[in-house]
Amino acid sequence: MEIFNATNLVYILGGFIKTIEISVLSIICSVVVGTVLALVKSYGPRPFRWLVSAYIELFRCTPNLLWILFIYFTVQGIDIFISTLAFTLFTSAVMAEIVRAGLNAVPAGQFEAAQSQGFGFFATMRYIILPQTFRIITPALFGQCTTVIKDSSYLSGINVAEFMYTTNVVMAHAVSLDQVLMLYGFVFALYFALNFGISLLVRRYQRKVAAA
Amino acid sequence: MLEGLLDPRRWTLTFENMGPFWEGFGVTLKVVAAGLALALLLGTLLGVFSTTRSRILRGISRVYVEFYQNTPLPVQVLFMYMAGPQFLQVMTGAAQPVRIAPFALGALGVGLYHAAYVAEVIRTGIEAVPRGQMEAAQSQGFSRLQTYAYIVLPQTFKIILPPLCNQALNLVKNTSVLALVAGGDLMYRSDNFVSLYGFLQGYIVCCLMYFIICFPIAMLGQWLERRSKARPRAKVIPGVTDAAGSSPEGAVRPATAGKEA
Repeated sequence: MEIFNATNLVYILGGFIKTIEISVLSIICSVVVGTVLALVKSYGPRPFRWLVSAYIELFRCTPNLLWILFIYFTVQGIDIFISTLAFTLFTSAVMAEIVRAGLNAVPAGQFEAAQSQGFGFFATMRYIILPQTFRIITPALFGQCTTVIKDSSYLSGINVAEFMYTTNVVMAHAVSLDQVLMLYGFVFALYFALNFGISLLVRRYQRKVAAA
Repeated sequence: MLEGLLDPRRWTLTFENMGPFWEGFGVTLKVVAAGLALALLLGTLLGVFSTTRSRILRGISRVYVEFYQNTPLPVQVLFMYMAGPQFLQVMTGAAQPVRIAPFALGALGVGLYHAAYVAEVIRTGIEAVPRGQMEAAQSQGFSRLQTYAYIVLPQTFKIILPPLCNQALNLVKNTSVLALVAGGDLMYRSDNFVSLYGFLQGYIVCCLMYFIICFPIAMLGQWLERRSKARPRAKVIPGVTDAAGSSPEGAVRPATAGKEA
C-alpha cells in the first residue's frame, strides 16, 4: 500500500497546520499574560508579588503534560481552545520569567528619566520600558516559541489532531519498517525545518543587533 | 468537575490507593538518574567536541545538537518505541522484534535529548573563559594543573552550573513523555488513576510529587545563579599567594580608610 497518497498527505499536513495554529495562539496569549505577571511581580503590591511567584514556581516545577491532561479533564470545549488554555497556563509562567529578566536589563535611568518628564507609571511602561524590554528578550522569546512548537506534540496525548497525532494515525496503516521510517523521516524533517528556520531568523536578528 | 476536589470521601479513597503513585514516583526517579547521567556524559563529550580544532568532531557535535534541539522529544521517543524493536531485530538477527523496556526508552529518550542542551551549555562555558586567562596564569608561575584548578575551571563552573541545573529541572519534567508510551512513570500512573476513578485528586497528588522532585532543583539553580553573580573572594592558594589572609585585608583597607576620612 502506498503510504504517501493524496488523502494521507492532506490529513497529515492538516495536523501540521493545527500545530502551527495552536502554537501561535498559545505564544500570543502567554506573552500577554506573562508580561502582566512580570509587571506584577516587579512592581505590584507585596501579596500579589507572592501570588505570582507561587504561580511561576508551581508551573516551573511540574510537567507540561500534567496541565494538558488536567485541563482536558476539567474544561469542556473545542480542541484548539483547550490546547491554547493549557499551553497559556504553562508557558505564561516561563514568559513571565523571560520578561522579568528583560525588565531588569533596562537601565533604571530610563525609568527615572521618563518619570521626570511627567510620564505616569503606565505611560512609562507602554512607551519607554516595554519596547526596550521586548527588544532585549526577542531571542529568548523566539527560543520559547520553538519549545512550544515542540511541546505541542504532547497534545496527541489528549487526541488533539495535531501533527504527531495525525502522523500516528497514518502510521497505524504502515505495513513495513520502510514505511514507518519514511513517515518518521517526514515528521522529523518538517518539525526540523520549522524550528531550525526560527532559530536561523533569531541568529540573523542577533547579528543585526550586534552590528548596529 | 472541580467541586469534587473538596469531597473528603474522594481524598480518603485517593490516599488509600497511593501504591501506584509511589511506584510511578520510583520509576520517574530512576529514569531521571539514568537520563541525567547519560545527558551529562554525552553532553560534556559533545560540548568538548565543538571546541576542538577538528572539523569532523565539530560537525558531529553541530549536527547532533541541531537535530535534537529542533525536533520534539515525544516524536523522538515514539520513534524509538515504534521503530526501535524492529531495528534491533534486524541488527541482532532475532526471530521477533526485540522489546525495549520502558525504563531504557525513557532514560535514552530524555538522556539523548538533553545531551544536546548540555553540550551547548558546556560549549558556552568553555568559550567564555578567554585564552588570556590561561596565558596570564602560566606567566605568573602557575603550573598547568594549578591553572585549571584555580583559574579556568572555577570560572567555567560558575558559568555552566546554573544552566545545567535548569536542564536537570527540564529533564525531570520531560520524563513525563513516558506516559505517552505507557511507560509506568508517575504521570502515567496518575493518569490511569484519574481515568479509573474519575477523581481529579490523582492529578493533584501527581503535581505535588513532581513538585517535591523539582522544587529543590529550582532552588539550587537560583542559589547557584546568585552565587555566580556575586564577586569572587580572594583565595589562599598554598605556595602561590602570600601568608594567609593578607590579600583580602589589603583589598578592604582603602575602603575603610576612605570612610574614616
